[in-house]
Amino acid sequence: MGFLELNHITKRFANFTAVENFNLEVEKGEFVSFLGPSGCGKTTTLRMIAGFETPTSGKIIINGEDVTYRAPNQRKIGMVFQSYALFPNMTVADNIGFGLKVARKPTAEIKERVKEMLLLIHMEEFADRYPYQISGGQQQRVALARAIAIRPTLLLLDEPLSALDAKIRVELRNEIRAIQQKLGITTIYVTHDQEEALSLSDRVVVMNKARMEQVGAPFEIYNFPQTPFVASFVGTLSILNAEVVNPAQGLLKVDGQEFYGPGGLEARPGDILRIALRPEIVSLKETAADMNRMNVQVQTITFLGSVVRVQVKLETSRMFFDLFNNPSLQLPREGENLTIYFPKSACLVLGK
Amino acid sequence: MKRFWSWLWIALGAVYFFLPLYATLRFSLMMKKGELSLLAYEKVLTDPAFVKAFVFSAEMAVFTILVSLLLVVPTAYWVHLRLPQLKPVMEFITMLPFVIPAIVLVFGLIRAYSKPPLLLTPSPALLVMAYCVLAMPYMYRSVDVGLRAIDVRTLTEAAQSLGAGWPTILFKVIFPNLRSALLGGTFLTFAIVIGELTIAASLAWPALGPYMAVLGQNRAYEPAALAIMSFVLTWGSILLIELVGRGRGGLRSDQLAGTH
Repeated sequence: MGFLELNHITKRFANFTAVENFNLEVEKGEFVSFLGPSGCGKTTTLRMIAGFETPTSGKIIINGEDVTYRAPNQRKIGMVFQSYALFPNMTVADNIGFGLKVARKPTAEIKERVKEMLLLIHMEEFADRYPYQISGGQQQRVALARAIAIRPTLLLLDEPLSALDAKIRVELRNEIRAIQQKLGITTIYVTHDQEEALSLSDRVVVMNKARMEQVGAPFEIYNFPQTPFVASFVGTLSILNAEVVNPAQGLLKVDGQEFYGPGGLEARPGDILRIALRPEIVSLKETAADMNRMNVQVQTITFLGSVVRVQVKLETSRMFFDLFNNPSLQLPREGENLTIYFPKSACLVLGK
Repeated sequence: MKRFWSWLWIALGAVYFFLPLYATLRFSLMMKKGELSLLAYEKVLTDPAFVKAFVFSAEMAVFTILVSLLLVVPTAYWVHLRLPQLKPVMEFITMLPFVIPAIVLVFGLIRAYSKPPLLLTPSPALLVMAYCVLAMPYMYRSVDVGLRAIDVRTLTEAAQSLGAGWPTILFKVIFPNLRSALLGGTFLTFAIVIGELTIAASLAWPALGPYMAVLGQNRAYEPAALAIMSFVLTWGSILLIELVGRGRGGLRSDQLAGTH
């Protein structure tokens, strides 16, 4: 039995289904992300856990207690919003202490806890500032401290970094993970940013069109996507339209060049399948035995910093792959003919 | 050259507005023959009828403000939080007092409430209710602007998630952030009620508006002095709104310090 259980949660608004039969168990101390495009139901699910929405059907259980119909202010759940939602009329310290004050904790205890929280987010000297006097990143740290100050049973974060610029985003992301691990607090994190979800989470729930597509560790989600949607939404893919030659063996053909995908394809010879390859799986050397090989011609080379993206052409089909950058890297030249290699297991079948 | 023309138009506009004001001010100071004096003001302020009318109107203004705040603030808050689709309807309703003349409103009120079981005409409550209608566009709009400036829904949810109930949310989170909007609505309502004539006269209450009208028919210098006084009062209110409305959220001690 998990610490947080979502059993068959469905949410309908008039004639629109926002979440359909959502099932999840989250262990105590676990960090789980809901990842998906906007409108996929991830925020609605989070809002149901928080109590701001009531499920049309299904049960929400926290620590063995059914809280499905409990008011949000009775749930002891810390929540961090995309727009920070700090109270503009209160100082940083008063914002952090708000929940404790509401719970009528003694003044000395509130003061102590606020100090502890300020220390945790490295903002001791900002206690007396008003929200409009600090930056967006600092505001979100205060919002995090405010949510944690009440010692919540569960911490919910709704796209907390979306309004911040790239550098602060990465910085704060690491900070959130560090604080979460230090306190061991069970956390649900909603994001549409796959990098955030993959780098932060113990497990990722990929959602699409009100449904759960796949649940798994970031490594599994990225390397073993179970649905075409997960494969295309998480990470970058190079896609080839390949003709099926022998479905049982997984033999495929593109522009006259044969290669192997996973065996037991559900297709007939002559069918065209969309086959995807992660760009980093392709190499210029045969690193293992029995790899697929393909002859290609280099079209363009794009320098992306840590990787170099190489766009290549077969006869008419195009694909791309990435080479990890290092100063001694021998870059292929445009127009050069190359042989590329990739493992048979690397081909992801996206369907017809 | 362009600048010259801009300034010229500003100057002409200023003359258009301020010349009558200056004339009224000058006239109000000429009660004593051959010299400028504050005699007219003295006369007005020492007239027991004026004091009575002013106190009555001020009382009505206070009641109107209280009733309007109680009606408008929770309504506007709820519309923002839960019924945003009703915003256009609310806006239409709050515009009605601009469309329906006060004289029509007051005759309707008299017809509806002058006989039992709804005999309200002898009670000042009817006057306050009528004033609430007149003040509604100003009060609703002020509060609406204030609510638009803060993220009502998220702030409410943030407070809820921290364990707050409705009284705490309203009095500790929402109202303090609406302070300047509420003060704006309050001052505007005060300014409207203090000078209102039609409704007070039709319902036969000894308010400041009817007093000023009678004075204007019978005296020369005192109405001018009264006009200047009401002008100063209104401008004082507007100035206060400006000072209080500066900055985000509402008034803070550090922001008010500069206004003393």
